Amino acid sequence: MSGLNGLTLAVPRGALMRQTLDLLDRLGVSTDAVRSNERRLLFGDAGIVTMRPSDVPTYVEAGAADIGITGKDVLAEQFERAVYELLDLRFGPCVMVVASTAGDDRLDEALRRLGVMRVATKYPRVAARHFERTGRQAEIVEVKGSVELAPLTGLAEGIVDLTATGTTLRENGLVVREEILASTARLIANPVAHKLKAAALDDLVGRMREAIARA
Amino acid sequence: MTTIHPTPSGTRDVLPDEMREVHAIAEAMRGVFAARGYGEIHTPALEYEQVLIRGDPAAADPAYKLFDEQGNVLVLRSDMTIPIARVVSTRYATAQPPLRFCYVAHAYRSVRPQRGQDREMLQAGIELVGEPAPGGTAEALAVLCEALDAIGLAGYRVGLGDASLYPALLDAHGVPAAARAAILHELVTRDFVGLEREIERLRLGAEATDALVGVPQRRGGAEVLDAAGAAAAGLRAVLAALPAAVAGRVIFDLGLARSLAYYTGAVFEVYDAALGAPLGGGGRYDDLLGRFGRGLPAAGWALNVERLHIALVGERRGEKL
Repeated sequence: MSGLNGLTLAVPRGALMRQTLDLLDRLGVSTDAVRSNERRLLFGDAGIVTMRPSDVPTYVEAGAADIGITGKDVLAEQFERAVYELLDLRFGPCVMVVASTAGDDRLDEALRRLGVMRVATKYPRVAARHFERTGRQAEIVEVKGSVELAPLTGLAEGIVDLTATGTTLRENGLVVREEILASTARLIANPVAHKLKAAALDDLVGRMREAIARA
Repeated sequence: MTTIHPTPSGTRDVLPDEMREVHAIAEAMRGVFAARGYGEIHTPALEYEQVLIRGDPAAADPAYKLFDEQGNVLVLRSDMTIPIARVVSTRYATAQPPLRFCYVAHAYRSVRPQRGQDREMLQAGIELVGEPAPGGTAEALAVLCEALDAIGLAGYRVGLGDASLYPALLDAHGVPAAARAAILHELVTRDFVGLEREIERLRLGAEATDALVGVPQRRGGAEVLDAAGAAAAGLRAVLAALPAAVAGRVIFDLGLARSLAYYTGAVFEVYDAALGAPLGGGGRYDDLLGRFGRGLPAAGWALNVERLHIALVGERRGEKL
């Protein structure tokens, strides 16, 4: 078998896209059309659909794509999705952290004096579960972008966000206070495709595993 | 101007066009149930919370609870298996087994409304009480396939696993009891990356690690049973008892884990390429009836009639997953 074995793959646009396509090249999947076409979303010949990383579990759960690649951070936030997590692809490493402005920890101060801390995040469910598990009351403020802005403007005392190098945090005067989870890219599969297309899927997973080990 | 009065999210009205088609599915299944000697029963949608907890502690977390005039806690049933276990011990305390029941009834769960998923769902299924494995399991699977054939679904497959298989494997490789909850959690949440991490943490050696990580990912024909050795004895016995037409529909799945805690042996799920989610499933629950006072082995299954309908429409339109 070769290529994607007739399976439909949801490819994440954004930070994980380049390495996803590099991996597909190593598996013999032609990604030229995807690379040269910023706006097209569906590449039927190659069996590839492209989308936001956070939409990948949605398409895979519904069976609109058999398999998909997305970050563990996305899967942790959408933990109730009925999809199989098959393989750690090891690229796109980053860490979900709690961060606040450098100096005295405003989060601690808020918790001590006000009994609750305000935390801005794009990952409200991961954040809420983390503070619940560690026995702290937190008011989660969901934002859609540039989370670093929240503690700088007084919207929140701290943030929960993903960081790869820490550069964006540093540039905005924020320091990491806690690590919540380590994330890398994962291969996920629809539960029905996992059974009905078992041979095609297992062959592809095996070849991906080898490609990652060689890389 | 039309005035819109909404129904709760995840619930909906069924109008005559759809109802005719749903009714045709239910009637086709009822025909199979009757021919196989299964008697249809009705139980109340409302049950005492205490009764459901007796069947499955996880059933203590149903989506909808209310109080009656005396302050008793009532819940809307989340499946038909536990109510029928209650009926068997209460109304059939001395009846000679085996007992065969079927139902077409609504069950209630909290779910995210999406394609084919509802708070209120219509289930059609059977319970076969007092017929142990492997014969009882094989009969339940045969009736399942006959029912699916009767409604006209062409491409369905039945995933068949065993709830006792992975625990037996954990025993065989000496996995300490303290580590098991985390391992089983990864299996039930379908996270094989997490499963590998939890197994490797135990440092059991290459052979045991390969078995504990690899066996639950095996699915396919009867050849996959070899991977599990003695732990697959139950599945081999079921396979030997299956009619050829039923065996031809089976995909053995050594990692199949259903979320309900009461399964003790074979478990199964029904798939069709026209729908991205299982159409239903079931299994053996040999301990459940004992909790209600009449310790009989039992097996059963339920199919989601609305999902069957979606899959039928999808198959006829030629949709493929």
